Amino acid sequence: MVRKELTIRNKLGLHARAAAKIVQTSNQFQSNICIIKNGREANAKSMLDILTLSCPRGTRIELRAEGKDAAEALSALAVLFDNKFGEE
Amino acid sequence: MPPGNARMVLKGIGVAPGIAIGKAYRVDRNKVSLVYYYLPSPDQTKREKDRFHTAVDKAEADLKKLRAKMAGEFPEHAYIIDTHIHILRDRMLYDETIRIIDEQEINAEWALRQALENAQQIFTKIDDEYIRSRFSDVDFVAERVLQNLTGQNKQSVAGIRERVIVVAQDLSPADTIQLQVEKTLGIVTDMGGKTSHTAIITRSLDIPTVVGLEKVYQEVRSGELMVVDGHAGKVIIDPDEELLNYYYERQYQLERYRKEVVRCAELPAETEDGYHIKIQANIELLEEVVAVIDNGAEGVGLYRTEYLYLNLDQPPAEETLFWDYREVAEIIYPEMLTIRTLDLGADKLTTRTRGLGETNPALGLRSIRLCLQEDETFRTQLRAILRVSGITKNIKIMFPMISGVGELRAAKTVLEEVKQSLVQESIEFDENLQVGIMIEVPSAVAVADLLAREVDFFSIGTNDLVQYALAIDRVNENVAHLYEPLHPAILRMIKQAADAGRQAGISVSLCGELAGEPLYIPILLGFELDSLSMNPLAVPRVKKIIRNASLEESKDFLNEVLNFTTAGQINDYLCDLAWKRFREDFELFVDEMGKLPASSGTGQ
Repeated sequence: MVRKELTIRNKLGLHARAAAKIVQTSNQFQSNICIIKNGREANAKSMLDILTLSCPRGTRIELRAEGKDAAEALSALAVLFDNKFGEE
Repeated sequence: MPPGNARMVLKGIGVAPGIAIGKAYRVDRNKVSLVYYYLPSPDQTKREKDRFHTAVDKAEADLKKLRAKMAGEFPEHAYIIDTHIHILRDRMLYDETIRIIDEQEINAEWALRQALENAQQIFTKIDDEYIRSRFSDVDFVAERVLQNLTGQNKQSVAGIRERVIVVAQDLSPADTIQLQVEKTLGIVTDMGGKTSHTAIITRSLDIPTVVGLEKVYQEVRSGELMVVDGHAGKVIIDPDEELLNYYYERQYQLERYRKEVVRCAELPAETEDGYHIKIQANIELLEEVVAVIDNGAEGVGLYRTEYLYLNLDQPPAEETLFWDYREVAEIIYPEMLTIRTLDLGADKLTTRTRGLGETNPALGLRSIRLCLQEDETFRTQLRAILRVSGITKNIKIMFPMISGVGELRAAKTVLEEVKQSLVQESIEFDENLQVGIMIEVPSAVAVADLLAREVDFFSIGTNDLVQYALAIDRVNENVAHLYEPLHPAILRMIKQAADAGRQAGISVSLCGELAGEPLYIPILLGFELDSLSMNPLAVPRVKKIIRNASLEESKDFLNEVLNFTTAGQINDYLCDLAWKRFREDFELFVDEMGKLPASSGTGQ
């Protein structure tokens, strides 16, 4: 399993557009990917899971991936987060 | 108190009697389509999953088309469609629906609705308002799939259906009519009052109904087991076994009593001392005519004619009306059919009248006023009625909401003109057609002696009379408890109108909900009316009670009661009398008496 800790830095947090991008990216990989916030886990391939995890700007989260392409998946997602989902 | 426990018991207003036990089905207003059945075998589970896949595929294809279009026109919003496509395949909706189909062996629509409700539960708990409101996107996506599913489903609803209890915030009369009666065990709503037209319709369709529950829509989840007690006005959510058994037993006893009463429905309503009062039926739909005959009603005292006008942009054609009235008249023959002319407005709105935007529609342009203004619509209806009268000769015509002699004459003038035009066209009508009016506006009571000289009959419409005389909006649940048909003012007004009619030698009937209330029979008999007209289902029991009553006793009783000061006092006195005189007819219905008579001896 691969893990990575992150802080949400885009203005709107994980709202619909950002969640859609996470799902889109995650779906390109076979690994199981999840987002964890305060011990609660959301499937990164489920838009509604991510939304209902409710992550505004400043939230600390952990990304976890398990599977043969886990490392690639996490670095692809990290790029998304770093680019603030292309918002600003 | 009944034994046992439940997750929740809600108290509302019981508007249609009977006990319904079944699963809840929440409906959104304007989305009344019931598609719910169990699958009898595992191979059909597979079929349901295939249907669901196909419906989702189609929804996805549609969304992608939409996205392509949007990418050209509004590129910055195209992502919204992307979100919808993701939601479509989201495990919270997609996998969950499949799981529910497998686990509960139910059809795709129902499973999807359950998945949707589960998702809603999750969303409503979220603090962030933006995310919370994203549920509307989920709802939107699910609705698309549902539409695809039901579109396919139309031809194949042949599976075993389970009947449900419909839970809604509110149902308009038009919604109620659209409900599939054979699949509706019971109805419960947040809004509404005892004499709202929804209540009147469900009562006539014999569907146990409780309204004015305020929060049942919010509290109940689809699929939950519930009991609707239409007598006590109670809704029991998720009862335990003990309580459930109690209601099964009660349901059985009520059914048994009803069968016994219906068996003697044909016998006339004649008191022990030989006074015969005609018992007629109020109907709204052609379909109800069967109930009129089956329940031993002597004709129709009130045929409400609004149904054919509801939700139409244009009033119906004369031929449509002609055939509808003719069919009812021929089935009722040789008994009489009293047709009330159009009583539109207030809570029965057509597409047209909804546009008026009146702040106080109950006092606005409605009923006969609307007819006198919308002259053509009125004339078309009168022509249709008159033409039928020429063929069947068993029609009476009745104008609603007449407030004084001037209005009556205006309506009669139109009627005369329509008759003249028929004469010119050599179209036959009944020359002896009786013309009467509803007495339902307080001013009509005050001048009942003047009105009686110009009509053939009165029909006292207590629903509106109570509403106008007591200034109570009957669909407003905040004041519904003040809607007191036994208010001394109402009893005195009925007496005044009845006496004025009798002195003028015309017949007087009473056709509000009051007429079908078994508890009120001793009072109603005391008015010495010619007929009572009520919901057809009430007829057998009312007739049975009248056969055990006496006119002299009722007259004495009424005289006594007319000196009472409050509705509550009159009600208590009636309950005591019912308990002493007609015990076997009230034993099972102690709840509907409101307050138990002190002498009853059974705790509640």
